[in-house]
Amino acid sequence: MTDSHSDTPSVIGRAHPVAAGAPVVAAHVLGHTAVFVLGEEALLFVEPKGQARRIVVHDGAILATAADGSRIVSGGDDGKVVATDANGETRIVATDRKHRWIDHVAIAPDGAVAWSAGRSAFVQAQELREFEAPSTVGGLAFLPKGSRLAVAHYNGASLWFPNAPQAAPEKLEWKGSHLSATIGPDGRFLVTTMQEPMLHGWRLADRQHLRMSGYAARVTSLGWTAGGRFLATSGSNQIILWPFQGKDGPMGKQPRLLAPSERRVEVVACHPRHEVVAAGYDDGLVLLVRVEDGAEILAKKPGAAPVAALAWSADGKALAFGTEGGEAGVIDLA
Amino acid sequence: MSNEASSAKVPVTVLTGYLGAGKTTLLNRILSEPHGKKYAVIVNEFGEIGIDNDLVVGADEEVFEMNNGCICCTVRGDLVRILGGLMRRKGKFDAIIVETTGLADPAPVAQTFFIDDNVGRKTKLDAVVTVADAKWLNERLKDAPEAKNQIAFADVILINKTDLVSREELGEIEARIRGINPYAKVHKTERAKIPLDEVLGRNAFDLDRILDLEPEFLENDGHDHDHHHHDHGHGDDHDHGPGRAHRRGLKHYHDEEMRSVSLRSDKPLDPDKFFPWVQDLVQKEGLNILRCKGILSFKGDDRRFVFQGVHMILDGDHQRPWNEDEKRDSRIVFIGRNLPEEKIRQGFEGCVA
Repeated sequence: MTDSHSDTPSVIGRAHPVAAGAPVVAAHVLGHTAVFVLGEEALLFVEPKGQARRIVVHDGAILATAADGSRIVSGGDDGKVVATDANGETRIVATDRKHRWIDHVAIAPDGAVAWSAGRSAFVQAQELREFEAPSTVGGLAFLPKGSRLAVAHYNGASLWFPNAPQAAPEKLEWKGSHLSATIGPDGRFLVTTMQEPMLHGWRLADRQHLRMSGYAARVTSLGWTAGGRFLATSGSNQIILWPFQGKDGPMGKQPRLLAPSERRVEVVACHPRHEVVAAGYDDGLVLLVRVEDGAEILAKKPGAAPVAALAWSADGKALAFGTEGGEAGVIDLA
Repeated sequence: MSNEASSAKVPVTVLTGYLGAGKTTLLNRILSEPHGKKYAVIVNEFGEIGIDNDLVVGADEEVFEMNNGCICCTVRGDLVRILGGLMRRKGKFDAIIVETTGLADPAPVAQTFFIDDNVGRKTKLDAVVTVADAKWLNERLKDAPEAKNQIAFADVILINKTDLVSREELGEIEARIRGINPYAKVHKTERAKIPLDEVLGRNAFDLDRILDLEPEFLENDGHDHDHHHHDHGHGDDHDHGPGRAHRRGLKHYHDEEMRSVSLRSDKPLDPDKFFPWVQDLVQKEGLNILRCKGILSFKGDDRRFVFQGVHMILDGDHQRPWNEDEKRDSRIVFIGRNLPEEKIRQGFEGCVA
């Protein structure tokens, strides 16, 4: 694949390599500090031009993380939910009473933390609230206002008001196993990834269904472009972008296809300010792609292992990447 | 790991068996013997079984249908999640063992490895091992379809608690098992005592290892028994090698419902006929076909084509070249329920080039 990108403009010279020493499963950027989530036990904090600091947060595998710019919330197979701030200070948010795996975590705009263990979804705000889903929770996503939590599960999703325990969750039905959930910045659509290589969506106002299919593989990574006009997704040999700007979202519209490759897109990460998507492929390649014209910039050459993590800083001036093989780095785009 | 190509994938052994047959005994034996290996264990009914192991995960046995509405394309949703989580600790264990409940159908577990890309990329199904209760299996085969499924699906079967039955009863139960699944390796055990390499590291789902298409008789440990001749007797079994036809046969059962259909041709097949035929067959009969596997010789093709399937899902690839001195026979086996044998046979014969 290297050859096919030999003419592509490149920013690989701006990358600061990081020796992760272990497989990287996710990445976040807190301020100017890149944080690499390792498969087991630790977060790796890397400040600009600084040494990597290993912060142990779990006794076992780290199964899920979410970040809100000031802290990282992680869930582990030790049954713990842990919050780690930009200084690397950790705090246990919760310990599952049965020590079940914490499969998913999410952070509300107001700072409330949600997580799930098996069928149980929890939100810790002033009080701890619990919702028992009809099957194992596949994913969690807060609505932009934070008062409602979308819980994806088998045969649909539930919209839960954690602060109104007496109100029955609203059920959104669609057959099949829903494995993760996302809600656009305007809060109009809930989209889930499914066990099948497809997405499903609901327009929340009228529960109109959206079906987004045509993928080669299960979609495991997705994100909203700056402004929320597109939902960028993995699962194919190119970045698939579904248009969400119109009233009907992608209904009856074709997705935009960018950065075609012989290899599969594993991870996408949308630039926070511009309509640019970073895409990581299963051969280790990372490209930055402009949505408007599909222009590509080479960010990382193919390597030994699939890309597993990509994360932009809030100002869009740094991109952290990590691979299943433990290759990692921060690209300085300032 | 002998197979370098797939050595990066963590092998997964699926342990099935009807309630009380001895699955947990076998599991504890696997975990406690001094083999120097570490296993991650996925159990059901978490916390109720005393298993001394660091890496024990409780599963929910959530069988999920796929959105296409095909009821045989089911996966174990919880396994997708758990195997994904375990892979984050890759390196901490050598293999994974999945224990299923006594009432579980092994198919969704196996299908999970074929259907889910992320699972299939990092782990591989090694074998389905079924523990059968020597004293009670006969009863269960009559009243519990799950027990029959587990026998039909197995690559390795332990007839356990042999000390609780007479030699005649044991012969009977083995013949019953053979009537359903003549292709599994059968072992007779007390308290699930068995060399672990007979259970683990079998590579039974490896396309490169679809070799044992000969029915498995009492070859290894039949010294103190009479040989049960599993002769299909309807002129339908072309698998009998020269040595086999003269076995002293005593008992032979045909399960009236679950059985195997074995096909063979010494003429090369036409791939343009074979693939549409087999696809159509598993589309129509997939519900009834539990397992299938085959080694095929295609016209003008110097390499063996091997394939296997679970219900409607087929997986196949070219394997090694045919050896000079090797007979280029195509062989296929279907194990399933109420299979339309004559129709399958005619269809297969129509695939000859």
